[in-house]
Amino acid sequence: MRRAAPKNARRRPPRGWGLALFALAALVLTGARVGRGTGDTRPTVVVGAKNFTEGAVLGELMAQVLETFGSATVERRFNLAGTQVAFDALRTGSIDAYAEYTGTGLRDILGDATPVASSAAAFARVSSTFAQRYELVWLAPFGFNNTYVLMMRRAHAGQLGVRTLSELAQHPLRYGVTHEFLERRDGMPAVRAAYGLRVASLVGMEHELAYQALAEGAIDVADGYSTDAKIETRDLALLEDDKGFFPPYEAAPLVRRDLLARVPGALEALGLLAGRIDARTMRRLNRAVEAERMDPAAVAAGFLADLGLGQGRVVAAPRSPSLLGTLWQRRRVTGQLTAWHLVLTGVAEVLACVVAIPLGIAVYRRPRLAATALGAAGVLQTIPSIALLAFMLPLFGIGARTAVAALFLYGLLPVLRNTVTGLRGVDPRLTEVGSGLGMTTGQLLRRVELPLAMPVILAGLRTSTVINIGTATLAAFIGAGGLGDPIVTGLTVTDVNLILSGALPAAALAIVADVGLARLERWATPRGLRFRAQEEHR
Amino acid sequence: MSSQGEYPRAAGEWAVELRNVSKVYPDGHVALRGLSLGIRAGTTMALVGPSGCGKTTTLKLINRLVAPTAGTVLVAGCDVAGVDPVGLRRRMGYVVQEAGLFPHLTAAENVAVVPRLLGWEVERWRTRTTELLALVGLDPACEGARYPAELSGGQRQRVGLARALAADPPIVLMDEPFGALDPLTRRRLQDEFLALQARLRKTVVLVTHDVEEAFLLADRVAVLTEGTLAQCGTPDEIRGAPASEFVARFVGGRS
Repeated sequence: MRRAAPKNARRRPPRGWGLALFALAALVLTGARVGRGTGDTRPTVVVGAKNFTEGAVLGELMAQVLETFGSATVERRFNLAGTQVAFDALRTGSIDAYAEYTGTGLRDILGDATPVASSAAAFARVSSTFAQRYELVWLAPFGFNNTYVLMMRRAHAGQLGVRTLSELAQHPLRYGVTHEFLERRDGMPAVRAAYGLRVASLVGMEHELAYQALAEGAIDVADGYSTDAKIETRDLALLEDDKGFFPPYEAAPLVRRDLLARVPGALEALGLLAGRIDARTMRRLNRAVEAERMDPAAVAAGFLADLGLGQGRVVAAPRSPSLLGTLWQRRRVTGQLTAWHLVLTGVAEVLACVVAIPLGIAVYRRPRLAATALGAAGVLQTIPSIALLAFMLPLFGIGARTAVAALFLYGLLPVLRNTVTGLRGVDPRLTEVGSGLGMTTGQLLRRVELPLAMPVILAGLRTSTVINIGTATLAAFIGAGGLGDPIVTGLTVTDVNLILSGALPAAALAIVADVGLARLERWATPRGLRFRAQEEHR
Repeated sequence: MSSQGEYPRAAGEWAVELRNVSKVYPDGHVALRGLSLGIRAGTTMALVGPSGCGKTTTLKLINRLVAPTAGTVLVAGCDVAGVDPVGLRRRMGYVVQEAGLFPHLTAAENVAVVPRLLGWEVERWRTRTTELLALVGLDPACEGARYPAELSGGQRQRVGLARALAADPPIVLMDEPFGALDPLTRRRLQDEFLALQARLRKTVVLVTHDVEEAFLLADRVAVLTEGTLAQCGTPDEIRGAPASEFVARFVGGRS
């Protein structure tokens, strides 16, 4: 006989596979938590940032002063997808601090639409309400007001004679605004009502893409921030908020109260930034990241050094302008991100198999139940990835666990469907012969049905994995890291090379996974079936 | 009906016995209507008849792959309804058309299925597998290590037969075992079956649509039509004195 015969007639060689994979998953999930901060007695502070350039720069500034002057170990959770995600993360304790704007706190988070007389009044109001309602503390503002502006191509504005929002209101134009602005209480619906804007069309789009759309004439009006470096570099007209609709948007560190107790140095450290950044400075820092391709960390370090708050020497190499240069510069980071990306996807897939395969086995003979299970998994699949991530946030907070949970849910359907299909696809004559020879249902499953269905089941795993490697790039939006990080950052700073430095490895990873799992599939295909496959191909 | 003459006079006389068995499938198809039939130990009974006459259903009633709607099936005098189906099946060989070999197992592994289910020691089932492959005319070292896809139709059928005999069951059920073979191979296997049966003396229930095969291989032949027994007797009895016009036509039409 060609096959090594098992020592015991009744038992096959130990089937440790499932167990081993499960153990691996557990190890990775717990290891991800244990791994940080070991051997370091300094308290850990988690600093978050919203997914735009200024968010990252302010996040870096806060992180670096905490490291240097707050005696803290800082963990960064940047690229969080918008106010809601960042605020929820802070409220639930997934992060300890991030930079927020008073106007956003007032209008968007608190839903307070009453007019505010001054920046000081706005700050006072958010300050007291956040303290009471959320146990969150607004620290002294950085020193600039980054208000919302609506902007047009300068030539177009001149041609229409539009300088203010009141003048804009008369023209039916095409609007393209950020998704956040589209929905915010102090955003599009309110400003539209306040000025009676005539809107020919309205679409939500990624902020950086809106600039391009505006430049190319695909839209006429977009929203922007007054400290946005791109406004200067592109020929845009900022329309005056002549009715004073927008409240002041002073940027300030928003922190959890327990942080101040837990890390005594934090208050003083973050206080070093108070009033130190005016609007011009902020624009310059933003431009350094976007136009000069510096990393936010380097920009922040350089600025702190200028203030005399730096750690001495500042290594500030700009990102390479070429793709190859960028890839080379980032090779180590890319390696780490790739490994982490693989962990996120791998753990999710292992969990998906652990659930979907037994579930498939349980339901495949019961058409109604199978239809229900497949339907449920199918519905999960139709939830847009970013929405699914958002749904999971309240359950698991920001970070790896939410990402893994969401990827796990996405991974279920292909594995479940293929398990059911594979088992149903087994020739009924063979199962009948199996029963006829005296196999119990379990023996039939283990000795006949599963081996024959295995290639199909593994094909499901392959589909699931390849899809999830792509989906996992969205994990960056909820601070889970992975190859989505440079993609999201690249998107905020409009650096195609940076985007590619995440997208290319992700694509390569998907291809490698596809090929690797195809190998596994072939390996798991019973030898006897491979002959049949060959014959059919001939 | 001529089947009355077959009816047992004493319990235990039959290795397999069907008493007044009816089978209606969930879709309403009536496969058997009050069929009674007895099979003596150590003999070969062929079930013949046009397709849809209920012959395969009859076979599957014996190993409980199908449960009767009414009536009783007895094996060695026991009502099979009260017997654990798994244990019952392991004491019966089962051969189907195209052999029904598991494609992911080698010929030898296919033959070893039942002994391993029965928990035999490795040495015992190995020896038995080798012995059986040799018995059906296959080289254990050569064909034994091959997968079904690498074997010819005749070789596959031999493996199927060896698998059915592996645990030395007293009863062997065969459903169109030679149906898919070319005439020459079929003829050779039929001869080998006869030789084997002369030695082993199993109780064999053989389903076939081929009357000639039934007459050649069986001690007794049961002709079924529309779920009832048209006639049961030795090949000579049926040939010599068909019980009805249907039997005469069915037997004659095929010869």
